[in-house]
Amino acid sequence: MPLLEVRNLHTEFRTGAGLVRAVDGISYTVEAGEIVAIVGESGSGKSVGALSVMRLIPNPPGRVTQGEILFGGRDLLKLSEEEMRNVRGSEIGMVFQEPMTSLNPVLTIGRQITETIEQHRGADPAAAQRRAIELLGLVGIADPERRLKQYPHQLSGGMRQRIMIAIAIACDPKLIIADEPTTALDVTIQAQILELMQELTRRLGVALIIITHNLGVVARYASRVNVMYAGRIVESGNAATIYHGPRHPYTMALLRSVPRLDRPRQARLDPIEGSPPDLTRLGQGCSFAPRCRFAVDRCLEAKPPLAPAGAPGQLAACFRSDELAEAGRAA
Amino acid sequence: MTLATGTAPDPLLEVRGLHMHFPITEGIVTRRQIGEVKAVDGIDLTIGRGETLGLVGESGCGKTTTGRCILRLETPTAGEIRFDGVDIAKLGRKQLVALRRRIQVIFQDPYSSLNPRMKVGTIIAEPMMVHGVEPDPRRRNDRVRELLSLCGLNPNFADRYPHEMSGGQRQRVGIARALALNPEFIVCDEAVSALDVSIQAQIINLLEDLRDQFNLTYLFIAHDLSVVRHLCQRVAVMYLGRVVELAQCDELFDNPLHPYTQALLAAVPVPDPTVEAGRLFRPLSGEVPSPINPPSGCVFHPRCPLAIPRCGEVRPELRELRPGHWVACDVVSGAAVI
Repeated sequence: MPLLEVRNLHTEFRTGAGLVRAVDGISYTVEAGEIVAIVGESGSGKSVGALSVMRLIPNPPGRVTQGEILFGGRDLLKLSEEEMRNVRGSEIGMVFQEPMTSLNPVLTIGRQITETIEQHRGADPAAAQRRAIELLGLVGIADPERRLKQYPHQLSGGMRQRIMIAIAIACDPKLIIADEPTTALDVTIQAQILELMQELTRRLGVALIIITHNLGVVARYASRVNVMYAGRIVESGNAATIYHGPRHPYTMALLRSVPRLDRPRQARLDPIEGSPPDLTRLGQGCSFAPRCRFAVDRCLEAKPPLAPAGAPGQLAACFRSDELAEAGRAA
Repeated sequence: MTLATGTAPDPLLEVRGLHMHFPITEGIVTRRQIGEVKAVDGIDLTIGRGETLGLVGESGCGKTTTGRCILRLETPTAGEIRFDGVDIAKLGRKQLVALRRRIQVIFQDPYSSLNPRMKVGTIIAEPMMVHGVEPDPRRRNDRVRELLSLCGLNPNFADRYPHEMSGGQRQRVGIARALALNPEFIVCDEAVSALDVSIQAQIINLLEDLRDQFNLTYLFIAHDLSVVRHLCQRVAVMYLGRVVELAQCDELFDNPLHPYTQALLAAVPVPDPTVEAGRLFRPLSGEVPSPINPPSGCVFHPRCPLAIPRCGEVRPELRELRPGHWVACDVVSGAAVI
């Protein structure tokens, strides 16, 4: 049984402009101890999908309307608010993009870590303090006793993100959800944080869902990938398989459009023309069809289901994926 | 002073010994200066006419401040900025007006760099009105429509407001505004960093097309190395207010010599799991020190894997270790290319 199984999840937002189907029926699994990436651009629903798992969608305007989130055999959507609070922070940890906004500016670092431990583990203050010191060591912060007395603004961005990771792992969770954990950080600090997260997941056997728009980060760290576009997963499978043999035109185009350091310089980039769709006005067809160079009439009429394509375990939501793969081989 | 000019036979911009130190003050009634932020601490750059020079580095390295000095949005504390032969570093407000027509800027954030209360047409026409170019409203309007279509937008977008547009479309408006006065030189400050992957490539292509069409010279400031490599002819790498390496683009990416450049390149993951699995990677430890009190000697020495005691004492000057390849490191040699 997978650690986490998301089944047909739908999340909607009521906005002035109309109903936004931010997450429109996604399903994926995460096995214990593995690193799964969810890739997509802004508005693709990747963050809303993760927040739905944590039941952190503000209601109103948002609402999970359908689906199941099975975590360790329980459906998180059926838990009471009380039970859910025990899951959050204890069984599932979360790391957000902006450590400055997710840490409380008026509490010391130490208080924010010990709070989690006392709440979820019922530890006494002294034990919580010892655990906090141990955690800071784990996330590579030198001089932990002094750091615990400091406030978030006294730390650098990289350091704050280490604190967030310390809080996320404080109660030995089985899963960590990291939403763009390094987007706000510089390249060398990004590398430090991602290495740290990878090492911790290995050492502690924690599974990690990493949500990102950075295709390089996915390639370096994830074993499996889900590519999202306009609220749906359009392709999923083993990372190497997808990067070497993408079966959805969006994945293909995305991989082709980025300038790469590992290949000779191209004369010209091959962009995806147009812009992502307005989620309040999605038609009945494939959401990528208006930007897809392979779109045919059929693509405008119905949404293609996520179906086996290419290698074992690979899924793509495209009517023409087999055809395109054939054409790709022939070319 | 070194002459790390690289190869620029017909220089449009020459920066010599540029310093930009911001004072740090204390006290409310009587302000005392208690220190300074050495944002830019003595850099030399040359950009040839029609050339694109990339300026890369992490936050706080001084790349944006350098761009702002060249735009004369800041008055540098020391140094020369020669634009087409004239030192603009000390020009007064009035003298700068003519210059501003020739040097323009494209900012990072298309959400905050456009006035939300102005229509797109007004945003693009504003520089022309300020400088008294195209005083006839009808001809100015035609010019706005021409600029919009040049930047790949429907000319009717002139009647829209920025909030009605996507990020990529807004960045196109920012580019159209920069082009309105037919500038020769454009500072692109993280011009594609805030855009989604699929839009980024569109804007990069647009910047390249415009460069070719109008023989533009760009200073391309960015932290994304793969974008810089794609777009630039020469690249300067900055660290803590100084240029640590400067070379032709391919030379820099194929044979990075400075330990910082090497670490920076190693830190960028490439979108290929097979390549990544085979890469040996040790992230650079530590963080960028404060520019208020930068380390002595080589500013990179506390994080440098190759540092020797001398590095903490002597500030390395840029040396030409390979033809056109300048490196501010006294430990590496040009031959040590593996």
